[in-house]
Amino acid sequence: MSPSDISDAVYICDIPAERPWSRLLRKGQTLRIIDSEGQQAVDALLYCADDKSERYSSQDTLRVEGSAYIDLGTRLISNRGRVMARITADTCGRHDTSAGCCSCESNAVRFGEATKYQHACRENFILELSKHGLTKRDIVSNLNFFMNVPIDPTGNFTVVDGISAPGNYVDVTADMDVLFVISNCPQVNNPCNGFNPTPIRVVVREAPGL
Amino acid sequence: MSQTQQQIEANRRRYEELRAAGQELAPKGLPEPTALGGAPISPDAVIHREEVPPGWYATIRLRRGEALRIVDESGRSSVSLIGWREEDTSERINCADTVKVQWSAAIGKGRVIFSDMGRVLLSVIEDSSGAHDLLVGGSTPASTLAAFGAPGRNTQENFLAAASKIGLDVRDIPPCVTFFAPIALDDAGRFRWQEGRKQPGDFVDLRAEMNLILVASNCPHPLDPARPAAIGPVMLVKHRAAATTTEDVCRTASPEAARAFAFTDRLFA
Repeated sequence: MSPSDISDAVYICDIPAERPWSRLLRKGQTLRIIDSEGQQAVDALLYCADDKSERYSSQDTLRVEGSAYIDLGTRLISNRGRVMARITADTCGRHDTSAGCCSCESNAVRFGEATKYQHACRENFILELSKHGLTKRDIVSNLNFFMNVPIDPTGNFTVVDGISAPGNYVDVTADMDVLFVISNCPQVNNPCNGFNPTPIRVVVREAPGL
Repeated sequence: MSQTQQQIEANRRRYEELRAAGQELAPKGLPEPTALGGAPISPDAVIHREEVPPGWYATIRLRRGEALRIVDESGRSSVSLIGWREEDTSERINCADTVKVQWSAAIGKGRVIFSDMGRVLLSVIEDSSGAHDLLVGGSTPASTLAAFGAPGRNTQENFLAAASKIGLDVRDIPPCVTFFAPIALDDAGRFRWQEGRKQPGDFVDLRAEMNLILVASNCPHPLDPARPAAIGPVMLVKHRAAATTTEDVCRTASPEAARAFAFTDRLFA
């Protein structure tokens, strides 16, 4: 059975390489994010649908988790300390929430000024959030599904080759109504996408994750 | 747009070169921590001094070239910090870019703190501690209740109060850096508190590289095992930093830092 062969799916969408996406996820619904071709980072933000000033918080999530990575069972915590969603299935095993999203401005610092004129996740987030009355102010430190960013005991912080294989997926089950926003990462300057961005698939179903 | 094999290989090669420079060469060029009691501030360079009691916060405005010294007088405090560019508060501290761009979650003397716009917000020009946290963040109502057994003052609410007093709100509160919070990771990625890394009198000097509004919150770090006893006052000293030179350690620490300073300088060109 393929990961997207789900009998109770209420929504399926293939998100092309480098593109943004958003959708309201109702409490109890599960969003499956499928890394269709493997090694593709998926940047994600969550906002409480009823009050978008309540939003995903990476630091609150890591504090509650007690460790630096996102995996099965991780509760995604808001800036008001509430559980917004949780990871209910994960065939990859390693996701990041410390490295933020790529931007034209940070690319120019990291990889040289010529890379300033390349598409970036923050461009995607700004455009997608604008549909919901949100702006750059509302972009907080995000989740990076399928992105492998080991932090060693000396503090070395490195984006390395992704470990997700084609078809790997992660299920996120909503604990409240949330606006779920994705940027299918366009980065070509580091290994987060195998230096070659590819499409992903999202599937929404009513049931909690497996 | 699909990448050719040639592009992929060229980009991987560049990435590996940058990583080696960032993690193998740059750290060797960083200075030793400042000695406790070192780097005295000349009395005529002091602009303002303020002691912040445990649990409280202060809002500090710095012009480019001014610096903030934060002193943990008791060796028991942690100070969480956020900040915005004064002329456009949508530009703000970005902890993710700070660790990603410098290839390290460990900041100390010679490192910089980035804004979200590829520019340098603050330079760490003196630092006796080298034990700071950019990953876990400050205390919250829930973490404080759990540690103290009763509701108490906390960094999350301090930031909200401070932001509100300058016309900002909860949407403007980014992840924070916490000074004097010796967080490290074990091999499994669990956070652990490094005992013995805090000492009375620890201090950092943060030089503003653009005009800034900062908020400093003096609340125990949410992973500090010494809570609820881990409280003490902190001293904030706003002062004029020495003029920067071309050999400035923060400006020359890495190719990334040099580029970020070049972009920052353009704001003032």
